Amino acid sequence: MAQNSQSTSGPDAATPGSGRRVSGVGRLLIVVYGILALAATGRSVFQIIDRFGEAPVAFTLSALAALVYIVATIALVAPGRLWYRVAWSTISFELAGVLVVGTLSLVAPHVLSMTDSDPFGRQSTVWSVYGMGYLFIPLVLPVLGMTWLAKRRAVTR
Amino acid sequence: MIEWFTTVQIAIACAAGIVCLVLGLIGRLPGDVSMGATALVALLLIAQLVVTIVSPIVGNDPTGSLAEFYIYLISAVILPFAGGFWALIERNRWSTVILGVVCLAIAVMLYRMHAIWFVQSV
Repeated sequence: MAQNSQSTSGPDAATPGSGRRVSGVGRLLIVVYGILALAATGRSVFQIIDRFGEAPVAFTLSALAALVYIVATIALVAPGRLWYRVAWSTISFELAGVLVVGTLSLVAPHVLSMTDSDPFGRQSTVWSVYGMGYLFIPLVLPVLGMTWLAKRRAVTR
Repeated sequence: MIEWFTTVQIAIACAAGIVCLVLGLIGRLPGDVSMGATALVALLLIAQLVVTIVSPIVGNDPTGSLAEFYIYLISAVILPFAGGFWALIERNRWSTVILGVVCLAIAVMLYRMHAIWFVQSV
């Protein structure tokens, strides 16, 4: 409630209704995020049910990544300053995640308790080898998302 | 899963995806061509679902995990309906582009499903 009153009295109040409306290419971003959230969730749920003991760290990270993609998708759609901040946090977290986990999966797969680093293999996650199994979309998407968020803020001011 | 059917299906999904992307990028609203192409992709996915239900009964078993296969298939079936619904309520060029992205995502998922059925071994 406090967030609502804050955002309506903030600089966004100058453009009510239009400032936070998702338009144009932003819709495409949301759809791609949604598909990635769906893909990551489906895969991590299956891996956890079927073979959690094989690579528990990697699969837990996979589930965390899926959750963050879901929150990011919602944050991109939802209006208001709070969700705008949530969008920045989740998208930054994704970029950090894909870089850290991507590097670890190549350099030190044992840290993730993975026994193979095949990006298409049975232990692969959405972030393995910088998202290679997902056509590197997990690597590119946070950058596009940040660019779009920065532009959106510039537009609303 | 039937190999030739899946190959044809991947080809059609790719073609539909490219057509919708091009139509969207040149500024066309979702129309008969883009919606029709997406509907065809959706129809083929329903056929694939029927094939998947029947296959193990008649002795055509996947080499990989059937559960993992179903997760991909059900996710894929949701996509064209979600994209098509979006195109009906948001009538602008980006909805056409979205239909294209959805069709291409389905092509990738079908490729993965093909690998689970024919290549992956447990």
